[in-house]
Amino acid sequence: MMNIVPNPRSGLVLGFLPFILIVAIYLVASAERRAANPDDKLLPPMTEMADTVRRLATEPDRRTEEIVLWTDTAASLQRLAIGLGFATLTGIAFGLALGILPMVNAAFGTLIAVISMIPPMAVLPILFIVFGLGELSKVVLIIFGVAPFLIRDMTLAVAGLPREQMIKAQSLGASTWQVAIRVVLPQIMPRLIEAVRLSLGPAFLFLISAEAIAADAGLGYRIFLMRRYLAMDVILPYVAWITLLSYAMDYALAQLARRAFSWAYVEERR
Amino acid sequence: MSALSIRDVWVEYGDQIVLERINLEIDSGAFISVVGPSGAGKSTFLRLILGQEQPTRGAILLDGTPLPLEPGPDRGVVFQRYSVFPHLTVLRNVLIAYEFEASKILGQLTGMARREAIAKSEHLLQGVGLAPHRDKYPSALSGGMQQRLAIAQALARRPRVLLLDEPFGALDPGTRTQMHALIRPLWRELGMTVIMVTHDIKEAFGLGTRLIALDRPRLDPHAPGRYGAIVTYDLDLSRDGPVPIPRFSKPLDPSEDQRSARERRQNA
Repeated sequence: MMNIVPNPRSGLVLGFLPFILIVAIYLVASAERRAANPDDKLLPPMTEMADTVRRLATEPDRRTEEIVLWTDTAASLQRLAIGLGFATLTGIAFGLALGILPMVNAAFGTLIAVISMIPPMAVLPILFIVFGLGELSKVVLIIFGVAPFLIRDMTLAVAGLPREQMIKAQSLGASTWQVAIRVVLPQIMPRLIEAVRLSLGPAFLFLISAEAIAADAGLGYRIFLMRRYLAMDVILPYVAWITLLSYAMDYALAQLARRAFSWAYVEERR
Repeated sequence: MSALSIRDVWVEYGDQIVLERINLEIDSGAFISVVGPSGAGKSTFLRLILGQEQPTRGAILLDGTPLPLEPGPDRGVVFQRYSVFPHLTVLRNVLIAYEFEASKILGQLTGMARREAIAKSEHLLQGVGLAPHRDKYPSALSGGMQQRLAIAQALARRPRVLLLDEPFGALDPGTRTQMHALIRPLWRELGMTVIMVTHDIKEAFGLGTRLIALDRPRLDPHAPGRYGAIVTYDLDLSRDGPVPIPRFSKPLDPSEDQRSARERRQNA
């Protein structure tokens, strides 16, 4: 059994099969519920969801005159991009400093380890109090949730580089700064991208949590707003849309890493 | 000039004495082989000269001035592994040495300066036979080629002392012989002092002009760290000794060949 390997085409078919199955199960279940109760809201038929999506994606909202889906998507992605961007920059800067400079590691290593143990959701009220209910508190929550992990992962990545390389670079005349930007930084970039990929899930979690509590637009805001009306025809497509967005980002980052840092993936191709 | 003077050097890690009272005067341009059993402090000795470690007591002087406390461009090094940068192509692995020298903030060269540095790098790669592979990443090179690249890289800044830490230890015997044939002429040509740590006794005798053996002659079974390694043998190999080295193929030296050919012609 373990020697039966799919060829590319049957692999693709096999990959899609579970999705088709899930859709089929949903269609059947939804039709059964409708047959039993024509007003059922829990599992709306696909056609109804498609209608709702078309309305949300093309027609402006009566009150705000904005197209809801795109406004929500833009608001959420902006928060996510700023949050993840800052977290990534923090991760690189602190990771390099902690990994390369023993003095900095001695001074701040434990602090970072302790901070990374604070549950971000527990400080969300503090963020709302300090930064207000606007954009800043949501972005800070993402940074607070993701940056400690990135810093620690980058520090470990730097520490994992062979000591010989640092010595060799110094024997070629490199200063600490030159070692950081020419030897260490390029080598931890693939790992950084991997870490950001792994952080996409937590980042979305923090984003949606913050939006659920206080926002006037955003994917999470819409889902929690529609919950009051049991509007599964909005919630389900929104969940699918969020999933698609984060899957696309994950895929794009994976491709970027392989294109830009092909040297790091030589082993993979063999 | 690059004479090393090691004066009464001790290295201790807490209670453990690794090296004790090492006294050596190393002439400029010597090729020193350092041998000894595992754990006898060979690599520690190399790290001392590299500046990666400091002696607990004693002093190391390079041409009369104390060694800097950190590795620097006057001392090049080739390790057994991890010597080259995996994220740079062969050419850039050498080029980076010139970039470190000329561009303090960005570590990058542009325009004319870059072209000159590339020319110099290519010349070095030519010397170790890697010119056709200049655009490959190190992962695409064999072990021997990676070590040749590491040597070219180490020579870029024209170090006064070249340190080799079991540089050919991970290579197969055939490649190792090729490397011997490569390193001897390079050393002759550049006139630097070479210190090579090796496990291979034949290599040590065959390449070096002087052989230093480190060992722990005294051992206190109740306190294994009490006595460190000292220099147990210090042999001059510069004259062709009366004892041939079994099964070591002495690397061909083109300059010697020419000289002997000329002598033969004169004799004829």
